[in-house]
Parts: sequence; C-alpha cells; structure tokens
Amino acid sequence: MHSSNGHSRVREGGPGGPDAVGSTGSVRYDDPWYDALASGWGESDPAPAPAAAPAARAEGVTAAEVYLEVQRSAAFQEVRSQYRRFVVPAVVGFLAWYIGYVVTATTAPALMARPVAGAVNVAMVAGLAQFFTTFLLTWAYTRHARLRRDRAALELRWDTQEMTRGTRSGTS
Amino acid sequence: MTGDHQTLALLLFSAFVAVTLAITTWVSRHRHGSAEEFYAGGRLFSPMENGFAIAGDYMSAASFLGISGLIALYGYDGLLYSVGFLVAWLVVLFLVAELVRNCGRFTLADVVAARMSERPVRIAAGTSSVTVSVLYLVAQMVGAGSLVALLLGGQGEAAQTWTVIGVGALMVIYVSLGGMRATTWIQIVKAVLLLGGTIALTVLVLVRFHGDFDHLLTSAAERSGHGESFLAPGLKYGADWTARFDFISLGLALVLGTAGLPHILSRFYTVPTARAARRSVVWSIGLIGGFYLMTIVLGFGAAAIVGSDAVRASNAAGNTAVPLLALDLGGGADSTGGTVLFAVVAAVAFATILAVVAGITLASSASVAHDLYASLRRRRAKQRSEVAVARVAAVGIGVVAIALGLLARDLNVAFLVGLAFAVAASANLPVLLYSLFWRGFTTRGAVWAVYGGLIPALTLVLLSPVVSGSPESLFPGVDFHLFPLQNPGIVSIPLGFLAGWLGTVTSAELPDEAKHAETEVRSLTGAGAA
Repeated sequence: MHSSNGHSRVREGGPGGPDAVGSTGSVRYDDPWYDALASGWGESDPAPAPAAAPAARAEGVTAAEVYLEVQRSAAFQEVRSQYRRFVVPAVVGFLAWYIGYVVTATTAPALMARPVAGAVNVAMVAGLAQFFTTFLLTWAYTRHARLRRDRAALELRWDTQEMTRGTRSGTS
Repeated sequence: MTGDHQTLALLLFSAFVAVTLAITTWVSRHRHGSAEEFYAGGRLFSPMENGFAIAGDYMSAASFLGISGLIALYGYDGLLYSVGFLVAWLVVLFLVAELVRNCGRFTLADVVAARMSERPVRIAAGTSSVTVSVLYLVAQMVGAGSLVALLLGGQGEAAQTWTVIGVGALMVIYVSLGGMRATTWIQIVKAVLLLGGTIALTVLVLVRFHGDFDHLLTSAAERSGHGESFLAPGLKYGADWTARFDFISLGLALVLGTAGLPHILSRFYTVPTARAARRSVVWSIGLIGGFYLMTIVLGFGAAAIVGSDAVRASNAAGNTAVPLLALDLGGGADSTGGTVLFAVVAAVAFATILAVVAGITLASSASVAHDLYASLRRRRAKQRSEVAVARVAAVGIGVVAIALGLLARDLNVAFLVGLAFAVAASANLPVLLYSLFWRGFTTRGAVWAVYGGLIPALTLVLLSPVVSGSPESLFPGVDFHLFPLQNPGIVSIPLGFLAGWLGTVTSAELPDEAKHAETEVRSLTGAGAA
C-alpha cells in the first residue's frame, strides 16, 4: 500500500524532493503494485538531467511550451507511433470482424447453420472464435505495450513533470 | 416456489445486505471526506481488485438471467448478445482505459474539458452522463422489482413496489456513506458470488451430460421444439429486415456503448497508474469472458434439462430459466439440494442488482456534483464542499430512479439496457474519442458531438414502436411511431460523430495547439496524472 506514497509526493510536488528521472535503464517502470519493495519513486537517485526529452530549463518557459516541446521530441513521437501502430490496425480488424459476424448472422442464417462437427455448426464456431480473438488481442495488446511503450512512456512522464515543475516555480 | 425457497432466499438476501452494510461502515470508519476519497476510493485499489469490481459493475442481472433465458428460448440468437457485451471491452482496452486514467480526475467531462472552454463542455458531458446513468439505473430498478417479486413468489404489485423502494434506499445508504471505497468492495463481493454461483451451476450441467458438449447441444435442440434451427441464428432476429436491422443496431450500440458508460469510466480512476488501469481491464476481460462462456452452457443447459416450454410457461421473457435450472440440478423442487441452489441463485441475482445500482448511482452523483453543480452554481452562492453536494446528489438520483422505476415497471429490461448503451455510444463516445485523438477538435465540436448524439438517440426512441403503436409499447393506445427500429444506435451513433465533426469545421475558434499537445502527452505518458 505504501509504495505509492512516494509516487503521490512526486505528483504534488511535496516534500519528496527531486525525483528520479534518470533515463538510464535502472528506472523502475512497473506500477507500484508490482514492486512493493521499492521504497518510493522519489527516494532513489537524486535527479540527473533529463535526457529522453530535451531540457527546457530556460527562464520564463510556460507549461504549454513544455508540452509542445515534449510532443515534438523524438522520444514522444516514438511512443505515439508505437501505440498507433498496434491500436489502429487492431481496432479496424476487430470491428470489421465483429460487424461482419453480426451482419452475417442476421442476414445469412443458412450459411451459419452449416454443420461442422456433430451438433457444432459454423455459427457456433464463429461465436466461440469471437471470444477467442478477444482474449488473443487482449494478450497481444498488453504484451506490445509492456515491451514497446511502458519504459519510454514512464521516462517521458518523469521528465515532463520535472520540466513543468521548473516552469511553475520559475514563473510564479 | 414454496415457502422453503422463500425463507432461505430471504435469509441469504439479509446476509448479503448485512455483510455489505458492515463493509460500508468498516471502510468509512476513518474516511477523510475528500473528493479523491469519495469518487475514486483514494486511487489505491490493486488491478486485481479493480478488475473484479469492473466485472461486478458490468455483469448485471440482465446478463445473468436475461442472456441465459434468451438462449434457453431462442438458442443461438441469445448468444449473439453475449458476444457484443464481451467484444466491447477491446474498445475500452485499446482506446479508452489508459488514456482516460492519465487525463481525467473523476469523470468523463474532465478529459474533454481539459482541452476546451470548460463550462459549456462540462454541462454537456455532465448532462449526457446523467441521462445514460438514469436510463441504466431505471433498467436495474425495474429488473429488481420484477425479478424479486417473481423469485419470492409474491407476484403482486405491493412486493414489487417495496422491492424497488428498498433497493433504492439501500443503494443511497451505501453510496452516500461509503463512497467509492464501499461501492468497490460491494462490487468485488458480488463478482465473487456471481462467478461462484455460475461456476457451480456450469459444472453441474456439464456433469449431467458427462462433459459432452455435443450431447448438450443436441438435447437442447431436441427439447426446444425447434430442432436444428435452434443452434443457428434467425429464431429471434431473422424474421424480417426490420428485425435484422434492429439487431445490427443493437450490436453496434453494445460494442461502442461500453466505452461511454460513466460508471465504467469512473472505475479507472480508482487505480494508481495507467498501467494498473490496463491490468484491471485485462482482469475484467478474463472474468467477463469466462462468465459469458458459462452463460452459454447455462442457457443451452436450461433448454436441455428444463425445456424451452417450461421456461416460457414460467416467464415469457425467459428470466427464470436459470433459477428453474438450479432447482432441477439440485434434485428437484421438493429436495433440499434444489431448495438450496434455488435460494442461492435468487440471492446472487439480488446482490447483482444491488451492486450495479450502487456503482451507477455513485458515477452519476459524481457527474452532478463535479460537472453540473460546479459549472452551474451561482458565482455568489456559498461554496459548499463538493463531496457534500455529491452525497445529496446520490439521494436525489436515488429518489428519481425509484420514481421512474415504479413508473416504468412494465417496460422490458433488456430494451432499457440496450437504450442506455445506445445513448452512451451516441453522446459520450464521439466526444471522448475526438478529444483524445483529434488535433483540430474545438469547443463547439465537443458540445455539438454530445447533443448531436444525445438528442437524436432520445428522439428516435420516442418515435419508435417501443413508445407507441404496438400492443407491447408504453402507450399502446396511440400511434405516433415514425422510426421502425427499437434501438436507435445505427442512426444516432453516426449522427453523434457527424455532429462533432460539423461543429468543429464550422467553428470560428482556432484549435489550441498547446492544449492538444498537453492532452496527447499526458494521455500517453501519464505526466501530471491525478
């Protein structure tokens, strides 16, 4: 339970102090529930300079400029294109497969009634295949996100938060 | 249904109510009264807990009793429903769960308002969220009334009225005292009970047929009186083109509506990170998928063991298929086993309704307090704590839902649920997807997207055969129906997307690049997430 305290301290800019933003591989990218032993996000190493996103520490930079800059950074573009590369084809694919299934079931019942094995017919196979593809896509999505996105996204998160905090205290 | 059943079922109901009330008091023992605590349970639930809670929020009595009943009566056409309810979760997983967790704080409007001029967008999104919630809530209340009256044997009006009032009062107590923390634990308890009951019945059905699924299907087809066609689509939705389009419309609403349901969206705020939100959706897909697979066995099992005619004789809509199946599996009406199983099923169904009702009430009270009250209150008015407003809102929504539930007592529950999904898909999903993914989206586009989906959806229902013009409609005496379909989804969902696009391209306001950058960066990385 307490593993996320450090986490929330980072968010609120409280007494947690400078948080770990090292873009080295040592940053933990698991969510707090899966590394209960981590003593907190904030305590590990004292902030090295953010590397994944360009540093925007200049005086007078607003939060809006920070977000625009992060959006343009190569690291963020990579996270976004990884996300879209999986999600766009997957959404098109499963929606087409589901709508095709519903339309076929309602308009061509004769086709769906064709027996396959014993009492099992095409309709039954297609229905169970819908369940199966849903489970399969769920697995594929989480695997893709875990391997291709999570680490980079977490680094960007801390970098961005570090940069916006700098702006807030700088401008106010 | 003899006195034994009723006594035992009542005892189990009371046990469930006692346990959940105890949970409510236990978790609210040292509550802080902060908005974070009330709406999001402190955001400290684990993915597994939240996964069970999502499954608990989603698997309503309409699924447990309704879908098995439809399968028992119409065979394969009942199965079509469960496929839509499950596939919908891919939309949630891919496009909504993580991004909404990263961008929002408590409600759907948070995500949209971050990019737009806040007031009109909050009012629009709040209104549509409350509308969806109330429709869904009325469906559950009507279901509770007819179901409990049916299961307890008292078919009279009085039993129904008191059940609706009792369910409403209990849910208001849970929600306004316990907030999200208590509601979540009620969902978890309910999900475990429901899955346990379903697994037990499924195993008993499979044991009866010696694990031979093929034999189960052939017996079901034989006992149904329809023969082979029982196992193929077409018995319910294949009659004519109106019925076919109606089902395609419903299928669209089911698959796109889940991602716009306010009580599902609010569940993602109860976990600490987007990654935890993703893991909770994975848990819930596993649980919900397993559950719907088991309802298929139960539905065909009821057709094979009880027989379609016996099911129809007990309840024309098929809602009592599973209780009758339980009675038979336990050893028949006069045996102890049958009595116990029947009472368990009845208690589980009741717990199901109560938990779903609590979840929706909480989500809609959040919309009222966090979106509508915060935007509409007079500037001079004394600032009240948002949580206090939310508690009052929970009571108010409870009263409205009880009143509507009593009025709409004779409406078909499955229709009301389908309608709630259609409104959610037309009014909430377009604005949510546009805000997350469209760079050029503007305030006017957001407002138009919400009303452009909400108003057509509700109007088409008013003009549909559900309200007038057929013997089963709400006003059978008059006929002003112009729209042939019962479910408006196939028309109103594209209209919602179209209105959002139209509003955006016609608006004079230039889209704010920086706000879009902020939404995009935050949604994909979690920077600055609450």
